[in-house]
Amino acid sequence: MRVGVFICHCGNNIAGTVDVKAVAEEIRKIPGVAHATTYMYTCSEPGQDEIKQAIKQYNLNRIVVAACSPRMHELTFRRTIEKAGLNKYYFEMANIREHISWVGENKEANTKKAIDVITMAVAKVMQDKPLFSSSFKINKRVLVIGGGVAGMQAALDCGDGGLEVVLVEKSPSVGGMMSRLDKTFPTIDCSICILGPKMVDVAQHDKIKLYAYSEIEDIKGYVGNYQIKIRKKATYVDWTKCTGCGACMEKCPSKNAYDYFNFGVAPTKAINIPFPQAIPKKAKIDPNYCRQFTKGKCGVCAKICPTKAINYEMQDEIVTEEVGAIIVASGYSLLDLDRLPEYGGGRYPDVISGIQYERLLNASGPTAGHILRPSDHTEPKTVVFVACAGSRDKSIGIPYCSNFCCMYIAKQAILTKDHIPDSQSYVFYMDIRSPGKGYDEFTRRAQEDYGVKYIRGRVSRIYPKGNKMVVRGADTLLGTQVEIEADLVVLGTAVLSNPDAARLAEKLHISYDTFGFYVESHPKLRPVETNTSGVFLAGACQGPKDIPASVGQGSAAASKVLALFSKDMLESDPAVAKVDINKCVGCLKCVRTCPFQAIKDKELRDGRIVADVIETVCAGCGVCTSTCPCGAIQLQHFTDNQILAEVNAICLG
Amino acid sequence: MADKRYAYYSGCSLEGTAMEYDKSVRLIFDALGVNYVEPDDWSCCGSTPAHTVDHVFAAALAARNLSIIEKMGLDTVTAPCPACLMAFKKAQYFMEQDEGFKEKVNALLDERYDCGVYAKSTLQVLYEDVGLEAIAKRVTHIIPDMKVAPYYGCITNRPPKIAQFDDPENPISMDRIISALGIEVCDFAFKVECCGAAFGVPKKEMVNRLSNKVIAMAIDAGANCIAVACPLCQQNLDLRQEQINQTTGSNYNIPVLYFSQIMGLAFGYTPKEVGLDKLIVNADHFARSRITKEQYEELKQQQQSAKKKDVKKQETAEEENP
Amino acid sequence: MDAINLTESIDWNFIEEVKKESGQDPSLCYQCGNCTAGCPYSHYYDYPVSQIMRLLQAGQKETILKSKAIWLCATCETCTTRCPCEIDVAHIMDVLRIMARRENKVSEKDIKTFYDAFLDSVKKFGRMYEVGTLISYNFKSGHLFADADLGPKVMAHNKIHFLPKKIKGSDKVAKIYERYQESLKKHG
Repeated sequence: MRVGVFICHCGNNIAGTVDVKAVAEEIRKIPGVAHATTYMYTCSEPGQDEIKQAIKQYNLNRIVVAACSPRMHELTFRRTIEKAGLNKYYFEMANIREHISWVGENKEANTKKAIDVITMAVAKVMQDKPLFSSSFKINKRVLVIGGGVAGMQAALDCGDGGLEVVLVEKSPSVGGMMSRLDKTFPTIDCSICILGPKMVDVAQHDKIKLYAYSEIEDIKGYVGNYQIKIRKKATYVDWTKCTGCGACMEKCPSKNAYDYFNFGVAPTKAINIPFPQAIPKKAKIDPNYCRQFTKGKCGVCAKICPTKAINYEMQDEIVTEEVGAIIVASGYSLLDLDRLPEYGGGRYPDVISGIQYERLLNASGPTAGHILRPSDHTEPKTVVFVACAGSRDKSIGIPYCSNFCCMYIAKQAILTKDHIPDSQSYVFYMDIRSPGKGYDEFTRRAQEDYGVKYIRGRVSRIYPKGNKMVVRGADTLLGTQVEIEADLVVLGTAVLSNPDAARLAEKLHISYDTFGFYVESHPKLRPVETNTSGVFLAGACQGPKDIPASVGQGSAAASKVLALFSKDMLESDPAVAKVDINKCVGCLKCVRTCPFQAIKDKELRDGRIVADVIETVCAGCGVCTSTCPCGAIQLQHFTDNQILAEVNAICLG
Repeated sequence: MADKRYAYYSGCSLEGTAMEYDKSVRLIFDALGVNYVEPDDWSCCGSTPAHTVDHVFAAALAARNLSIIEKMGLDTVTAPCPACLMAFKKAQYFMEQDEGFKEKVNALLDERYDCGVYAKSTLQVLYEDVGLEAIAKRVTHIIPDMKVAPYYGCITNRPPKIAQFDDPENPISMDRIISALGIEVCDFAFKVECCGAAFGVPKKEMVNRLSNKVIAMAIDAGANCIAVACPLCQQNLDLRQEQINQTTGSNYNIPVLYFSQIMGLAFGYTPKEVGLDKLIVNADHFARSRITKEQYEELKQQQQSAKKKDVKKQETAEEENP
Repeated sequence: MDAINLTESIDWNFIEEVKKESGQDPSLCYQCGNCTAGCPYSHYYDYPVSQIMRLLQAGQKETILKSKAIWLCATCETCTTRCPCEIDVAHIMDVLRIMARRENKVSEKDIKTFYDAFLDSVKKFGRMYEVGTLISYNFKSGHLFADADLGPKVMAHNKIHFLPKKIKGSDKVAKIYERYQESLKKHG
C-alpha cells in the first residue's frame, strides 16, 4: 500500500485559512502514506502532471487529493490517475474547501479539521477496491414529450439527424401556446404562418411518429433503454376515418362546451376541431358537454359524419414505445384570473387575460379577429393593459418575472391600434423588460408610433361603473393615483408551470423547483440537461421564456441527444450496489425499499431466492445497503467496511 | 349553540350614537341562542386615537379588557365594532409573537394578560358558529322590495394576516347572511372601500367625499339600502348623509341599516325593537312592506303560475303567427 | 430648489429606528405604486404613500415627519392588503405618525386635537364620552361650531347621552396613561 496525498492550496481559497504545509507534515506520518505534498492549483495541467509523475516516481498505488468538492473535479482526477495506469476507483477526494476553508475562519481549528478529514480519506482509499465499467447497448430512438414549438424543433432536429422520434402531445393538436398567438413580436410575423410549416413537417417527417391527444402513462428503464407506456386518450372519433371536414362541429347542438384552445373566452361545440390549422386536423368529443354522453340521446354527429368515423364506445388505449433518450418540452400554463380578486377575479366579462385577448385578435378566433367586448360584443375604444398581473408578487407566491409579458403587451397594444384606429390603449407597468434583438425598439414603437400611453405604476383595483370598468392605478412618475374608465381590460397574467409538471417529473425521476419548473443540471453551463442521465429539457417547462429561446433550447436538447447517441454503447457507472449471494437470505427488503426499482429477485440454480441488482438502473443511493439486515448488498465504493474505516480513522486514531 | 359562551364587548360607540347596533345584535343573539356576557367594568379599547400615540400603550388599553375576559374564564370575545375588534386582535397578535412586547404591555397594566383570548367579529360568530342554516330557520318575515348593498368597511376583514376571516377583497359573510334571510343582495363593488373612518370630526369634507363614492356605487349596483357592520361607517353614511349632499351636491336619501337590524326585522321583531327609529335616514317603509314567510310563498306561487300562463299565451301566438 | 445631497442628508439612524419599531424592512419596497394606487386618501396627501416609502428609503426624516400624509392616513389597511412585497405599509405610516408626535412635529393640528380629546375622555371616564369629546375638540381647535348641524339630528332620534358614564375602574385606566408617560421619561 503506497498512498500519495496531494493537498491543494487553491490559490488563497484553501491556503488562506488552512495551514496546508503543516497538514502535509502530519499526513506524512500516517503509516501507508508514501508521499504527501502541497500544490498551488492541483486541477491545473501542471498540477495533474505532477500527480502522474509522482505516481511513477514514488511507485504510488492509491491517490488522495485534498482540495475542493468532488462535484468539481473528481472526474478530472480519476481520469488523470487512469492515464497513469491506476484503476479510477483507487482515488479519494477530501473536501477541505467547501467543508473547511470556506466555512471557518479559525486557522488552527481548520488545520486540525483538515488533518482529520484527509486521514479519513487515506483510511478509505486503503480499503477501496478496483471497479470496472461495463458497456451496454443503446436504443437510438428518442421520445419528445410535448408538441409545442420547443418540442417540435427538438423532434425535427433529431429526425433530420437520422434518429427515430416518438412525439407525444397531450392536446388534440400540436402547436402549443404559439399556435394560439395572432402575431409574434418584434416582427409582427403571423404566428401560425411561421409555425404551420413546422407543424406540417412534424406530421409528414418519415422519422417522426406523432401521438396526439396522448399522455405519458409510465416510464421504466434507464438511459439508452427506456420502456414508455403511452395512453392514447379516447377521442370518440376514429382518426383513421376522420377527414377533418368539420360537418359534425357545424351541426352539434351542444354549444356551451369549454373551449380549451381559446382559454374559455368563448364557448365551443362539444365535438370540435380546435382550430383551422390543427394538426392532426381531426375532431374530438368532450364527453363532459356531449349530450350523447351526459343525457344519452343525440347522435347528430354520428348521423352527419360522411365517413362514419364517430365511435361513442371508444376506450383509452395504452401503447408501448422503446426509446433511448427523452426530451421534455411540456410547456407552461397561465395564472387563473380568480387568483386576482382585486382585479375582478373572473367576475367581470370585460376583464380578460392576455391569451384570451390574443384569441380575440386572431382572425381564426371566436370573433373572427374583430376585437369585441365579451359582455356586449361592442368594439372597445379604450383598452387598458395591466402588466405584472401576478408576476413579481411575493404575496401570491410568484416572486419571479414571467419573461415575455412586457413584449406581448406592447404587441397587443400595437395590434389594437391597427384593428381599431380610433382606440386609445394604456399600459400600466412597473418596469419594461425587453432584452432581445429589436425588443426595446419595439416597445418604443408602441409608444412613439402607435400612441400607446405607458403609465409607470401598478394597478390596485378594477371595478365596474355603468358599463365600463374603472382601472385604479398609480402613476409613480407623476406621484399620483390615476383612474381610467376602460371598455376592456387585459391582464398580463403570470406564467406558471404546467399543472401536471410534478407528476411527470416523478415519472421521469427529474427534479423540479418550488414553482414546478424543471431543474437543469447547471443554470449557466448546462441549461438543457437534467441530473438524470438520458433526460433533457427544452422550452418553458424549464422556466418562462419566449419563442426564440424555446426554439434554441429545442435544438440544443436535440444536439445533446445526438451526442449521446454518437456512440453505439454507453458506459455504466460501476459504483452501484452488488449482492453477495453467499450472505443474501432472500428477505427482499432491499427490493421493496429501492426508490428506483433497480433490484429484482432472482432464483439461483439450487432454488434459493436472492436479490439481484440491475446495474444500469441503480443510481447508487445506498438505501439498500443500510436496509439489508445481513450486509449482503453493498454499495460498491461505499461499502460498510469502507465507511467504517473512515469512522475508525477519526474516532480511534 | 348553548354550550359556547362569548364575552360580548359592545364598545363605546355602541353605548352612544350606535346604540341601535348594540340593541339589534343583542336581540338577534338572544333569538339565535348565542350565549354571551358583558365583561365586568370594561374600558375603552383605544380605537384609532390610541394607536397613533404608541403601540404598547394602545395594546395596553385593549389588553386591559382582554385580561378581564381571561379572568372570567372565557376564551373568545366578540365585538360588533371593527375598530375594537382590530384593537383586540392586534394586541393579541403582537403580544403572542413578541415576548418583549408582551412584557412591556403588561408593565402598564394592573392585571397581567396572558394571551388567552381570541377576538371574533359578530359577522364571524354568526357565519361560522351559528351558521346560515340556523339563521334561515329563524326567519319569519321577508322584505320583498329590499335590495341591499352589503358594505363591510375597510377593517372588518383586513389586513388578512390579522383578521383571518373572509376574503379581504370580496368578502361574502354578510352577503350570505342577508341572502339566507331571503332578501336580495346586489353585486356591490365597493365592499371594502374606506368611508372616511375616524376623520369625521376634524376633516368633515374629506369624509363626505369618500362616503359619497360608496353611496354612489351602491346606487349604481341597484341597491335601495346599504347594510353595514361598523358604527363609524354607519355614522359617516347615515348621520352625515345630509352633509354629503351639501358637500358634493348629491341628492341621496338611502337608508343605512346595521345588518343586525335587517336580521331582526326578518326574525319578526318590531321596528322599535330593532332600533329602526334611531336611523337618521328613514327606513320605516321597509318595515311596512314586510310580509310573513307564508304570504311570500303564496305570492311567489301566484307569480309563477301567472308566468306560465304568459309563456303559453306567447307560444300559442307564435304558432298562429309564425 | 437645490439637489438633495444624499451623502449628507440620509438619516441612517432614522431608517433603522423605523425598521425596528415597525418590524418592516423598507428595502423590500420596489416602488411599484400599488399602495398609492389603492389608497382612498391619496388625493389629500402632500406626498402619496409610495413616495413616503421612497422618502423613508432615502432617509429623509424631516420631510416625512413634517408631512401631512402621515396624519391623514386612516389605517384602512388597503396598502398592506395589496402590497406585492408583503410590507405592512399601514403599520409603517402609523409608526411615522407616532414618531412625529413624539418629536412634536404635527402638521395636521386638528386631527391631533381630536385624538387627544378622545384619549382625555377615556382617561377621565374609562370610556369615550361622545358629547364631552366633541365639545373639548370644538373648543381646543377653535372650530366652535363643527358638526353643529348634526346636533338636532342626534337629539331628535335620542341617540345621545348628555352625561358621561364613569366606570368603576377608571383610575386603573388612568394608571395605564401614567405608567406610559413614566416609561417615556425613562426611555426617552
